[in-house]
Amino acid sequence: MSKHPLLQVKNLHASVEGREILTGVDLTVNTGEVHAIMGPNGSGKSTLAQVLAGHPAYAVTAGQVLYEGNDLLAMAPEVRAREGVFLAFQYPVAIRGITNAYFLRSAVNAIRKHRGAEELGPVEFMDALEEKLKVIGWDSSYLTRPVNEGFSGGEKKRNEILQLAVLDPKLAILDETDSGLDIDALKTVAKTVDKLRRPDNATVLVTHYYRILTHIEPDVVHVLAGGKIVKSGGKELALELEEKGYDWLREEAVVT
Amino acid sequence: MTAVADRTERYVADFEAFARNGASGAPEWLRELRRGAIARFAELGFPTTKQEEWRFTSVAPIAEQRFMLSPVPRSLLPAPSDVERLCVGVGPRVVFVDGRHAPSLSTPADLAGGVRAASLAAALRTNAGSELARAHLTRHARWRESAFAALNTAFLADGAFVHVPANTTLEWPLEVVFLSTGRAGSDGPIVSHPRSLIVVERGARAAVVETYAALSDGVYWSNAVTEVVVGEGASAELYRVQQEGPHSFQVGTTHSRQERDSYFGLHVVTLGAALARHDINALLDGPGAELILNGLYLLGGAQHADHHTVIDHAQPHCASHEFFNGVLAERAHGVFNGRIIVRPGAQRTDSKQTNNNLLLSTEARADSQPQLEIYADDVKCTHGSTVGPIDQMQLYYLRSRGLSPEAARSILTYGFGAEILGRMRHPEVRERLDRLVRARLGGA
Repeated sequence: MSKHPLLQVKNLHASVEGREILTGVDLTVNTGEVHAIMGPNGSGKSTLAQVLAGHPAYAVTAGQVLYEGNDLLAMAPEVRAREGVFLAFQYPVAIRGITNAYFLRSAVNAIRKHRGAEELGPVEFMDALEEKLKVIGWDSSYLTRPVNEGFSGGEKKRNEILQLAVLDPKLAILDETDSGLDIDALKTVAKTVDKLRRPDNATVLVTHYYRILTHIEPDVVHVLAGGKIVKSGGKELALELEEKGYDWLREEAVVT
Repeated sequence: MTAVADRTERYVADFEAFARNGASGAPEWLRELRRGAIARFAELGFPTTKQEEWRFTSVAPIAEQRFMLSPVPRSLLPAPSDVERLCVGVGPRVVFVDGRHAPSLSTPADLAGGVRAASLAAALRTNAGSELARAHLTRHARWRESAFAALNTAFLADGAFVHVPANTTLEWPLEVVFLSTGRAGSDGPIVSHPRSLIVVERGARAAVVETYAALSDGVYWSNAVTEVVVGEGASAELYRVQQEGPHSFQVGTTHSRQERDSYFGLHVVTLGAALARHDINALLDGPGAELILNGLYLLGGAQHADHHTVIDHAQPHCASHEFFNGVLAERAHGVFNGRIIVRPGAQRTDSKQTNNNLLLSTEARADSQPQLEIYADDVKCTHGSTVGPIDQMQLYYLRSRGLSPEAARSILTYGFGAEILGRMRHPEVRERLDRLVRARLGGA
């Protein structure tokens, strides 16, 4: 399959509570690619991730986002998900009373229904889930616990990756999934993402740290600063950032 | 407008007639108990919203109405299929209609292992039953402090009597069912005063379902008192399911007393009645006792339900975990008051209380009040309560996984119920209550 643009972000401006966070983001992600978006705290990385997923608190004030050539911003969050967009949350939300299994099955079936596939019953679903659980190193006890309730930070992140594996999206956006993970958990996350990599899908890793990029090799590295992408390059850019920090980029951005 | 004294005098007059007629065959201790109780009721009168414990709940609709005792003999019994439909449990049952025992709808009183599930009236007619009843009925329920419990005690005639002897395991959950016909008497709507006693002796294990349900939409008042005694090392669960009729009034008191190293799980599901008040008084009266108080109220329309719980830690090394969730739609009003008392010397008490309320409309209302009274220094007590609409972040999270806003709301609402249902130990009972909750919430 030949590469084609899966996601095209053009001059995206977004604000929250009247404060502009994204000031003109341009980004193209092709199928088969892994992109890393790096940047200092407060640069707008999470905002970009949430705007792509459809967070209701963020208002897009200018620009355009095309997903498979269609207007992504016109789609409700659930439609984006059904069309294959997945955001692994930086701060996953706990839901009382609802087991992980019930939640996952509801999500899978909502997506299957949209694609015209038959919905899965509890037993079929559990069978399908078993293999995915193994990948992230979990036993089924996590399925009977309420969604993220009482989960440690690392467990919540693994749960996001489980959802990623189960929902099998075309465009996966991981919002600082690597933050706060120990090395084993980080390797599990990286391994899962790597395993899901196909010529027809793409991954956007939003990260503050270089560490995860030693496990998942990105095709393109972007630096987001002051609400826009100020520099893009190959994986060597990530290494440069690791050595020099972000300050030199700010100066460069001002000059150009 | 009726004068306050008149409201109680009617019941005093009814009591005189009751004492002369149907109740005259009772043992002397019981007659004396009733006389004391009616006098106490006359003194206390119906509570008003000026009293702290009744601040959010007006019982004027009950006080201003003329309720009468069910006529004897009673008219037609409900069809067994109606009883079946309204039951929650799957095991043996004792059925009451308008407060009176219906043997033809009940299973035999004597169960395996010497377990008895009978009517209290029948138990009072035997020496052993009368002695056991006397030992407990005069002791636990604090009727001197409550006008409603006093009135129940004054008219104490029948209710469930469950006796699980020491070291016996009750195989199936036993169900006690209080059905109301909703049919009016000659002079006004009916009141019944079911009085139940559940004794689970030392080392025994039992689960009891206590169901209140209506056979019609009529106006009636059910004023129930249940006392539960859990002996040393015993394990008991009580599921109290209230699905009274839409125009009915329900006032109930559940008293429990636990001895050393016992476990008691009280699961409350409140769905019915126009006006409901449930007082729970749980006494941890022996070291090492554990209590789970687990409640759910799902209200809509103009329903009002008030749960007042008092957990009394009288001994050291006890644990109590209390969880009440409310889902309030339309103009419903939920009240939760959770008082925890840790007596001097009740060291190493571990007590946790939470009350979460989901408001599904802007007109729905919830009042939540924790009250901690701690007189010991080495204790762990936490409490928390929430009142609010569906959480927007949770809604967005579910939508970001492909669920429609309607499906997401439905799941989040059901979660409030499922959290409570998840603590119920008995699978069949939990399953049936789950269906009841889903049917009430619709679509989840």
